[in-house]
Amino acid sequence: MAEVNNRDEANRRVTVNVSDGALIPDRGEKSLFSAWRISFFGAIALLIILPTVRPRPYLDIMRFLPDGILATFQVTIISILIALAIGLVTGLGRISRITVINRIATIYVEVIRGIPLLVQLFYIYFALGQLVRVPRLASAIIAMSVCYGAYMGEIFRAGLQAIPKGQMEAALALGMSRSQALRKVILPQTFRVILPPVGNEFIALLKDSSLVSIIAVSDLLRRGREFASVSFQYFETYTVVALVYLVITLFLSKIVSLIEDWAERRG
Amino acid sequence: MDSNTDQNQPMRIRIRNATKAFGTLEAVKNADLDVAPGEVVLIIGPSGSGKSTLLRCVNRLETLSEGEIWIDNDLVTDQHGDIRKIREEVGMVFQNFNLFPHLTALENIMLAPRTVKHATKAQSTENALRLLARVGLQDKATAYPAKLSGGQQQRVAIARALAMNPKVMLFDEPTSALDPEMIKEVLDVMLDLAREGMTMLVVSHEMGFARAAADKVVFMDQGEIIEVGTPTEVFDSPRENRTQRFLEHIL
Repeated sequence: MAEVNNRDEANRRVTVNVSDGALIPDRGEKSLFSAWRISFFGAIALLIILPTVRPRPYLDIMRFLPDGILATFQVTIISILIALAIGLVTGLGRISRITVINRIATIYVEVIRGIPLLVQLFYIYFALGQLVRVPRLASAIIAMSVCYGAYMGEIFRAGLQAIPKGQMEAALALGMSRSQALRKVILPQTFRVILPPVGNEFIALLKDSSLVSIIAVSDLLRRGREFASVSFQYFETYTVVALVYLVITLFLSKIVSLIEDWAERRG
Repeated sequence: MDSNTDQNQPMRIRIRNATKAFGTLEAVKNADLDVAPGEVVLIIGPSGSGKSTLLRCVNRLETLSEGEIWIDNDLVTDQHGDIRKIREEVGMVFQNFNLFPHLTALENIMLAPRTVKHATKAQSTENALRLLARVGLQDKATAYPAKLSGGQQQRVAIARALAMNPKVMLFDEPTSALDPEMIKEVLDVMLDLAREGMTMLVVSHEMGFARAAADKVVFMDQGEIIEVGTPTEVFDSPRENRTQRFLEHIL
């Protein structure tokens, strides 16, 4: 999962930094032919060249997809916002000294992270659907938020723990209450620390949102399927779908790395 | 023992039979100490002697296992008491400054008066600027801590503590994390404070500061207060063997 370096970690050994959300362009890489540039502009070039050279079917496909892109963004943005809220509460719960709260938060994280997102999606749509009727889009958003809320909770936990203990002590010594210290001192610093990993989660969520096409939400992938099942042009359709995902995620990853730069400069 | 304090004067800080245990380790054992209003008391001792722990018990960043600590008429160690009210009047300066890195120097100083005392923005800004000038940093109001030297950060930290208008100031090794050339600028601020009559409890080995400003020097070893006296008494003619041996090491 995303890494937040714990500065206080006393017994630090050798650490291997693997970021799986990745796609983060190497910030040192200024070359004209960096991997990011080749992929990003290559994908854009293909999305321009293909419809120009072969308007049929490529132009038709590209006219058919925008609704799906919108739905994909809708699911992604709403889900990430809810996931952030869940993550904040969960992260605070995970570091809580009250055993019951701590246990509940930890169980939530363990359970959710142990179940594949696709299974959670089915579970909320079909299994819970037997009890209450949940609209497709709503269950998609619920499943994505509940799932990513758990991952987000771990990011918040790591972010909160990365703030040196002296910060809370200094705030308390000035007469602030714990909740004042949390709001005015700890959380503002936490948000800055977790910005890059949260950005990575956003990208990961956007990609995972393609799973909601399975419960018939008309996202980017679903629109592609609809087009292909009528035209039988599977290769062409999925080429365009893949390219569109690629352009979006590469673009977002660039933004995340710019945010990382900014956060580092602010120190 | 307290030769230079008036016996009839009420004490600002009273530490009675203070014991702090971490598991089986007793970091502080049966410590008794009085600090009169306006007095400057320096605590010295080897690392692990419990001096910082004792200091941190005075504003209850650590909770005593046994014993009592009073500040004027408030019992710090009362678990049901409102510690926040007491902390408002007890400023603390840390070894690592602990400035809030997301706030400017000015905002660092203003935060507690704004959130705790609900001071107006104009009021607290004016007060913060005055305090910055007092520690010689009026031109650093908009600087973030990362842009300040260690000595400057520590001076901002002192100003931040003073902004709550405390009647007691605690200093936990305020110059230990500083490069030698920055120690003086911090000690000068502390000297000013001492001259103005602030009650100060200072964990530090700064002999020069002790001789210039301290009314009492306390030597601690292995959690116990071994010896208390004036700087001249303790530094020049220590009564206890352990004090002598320690002073030989640091002089």
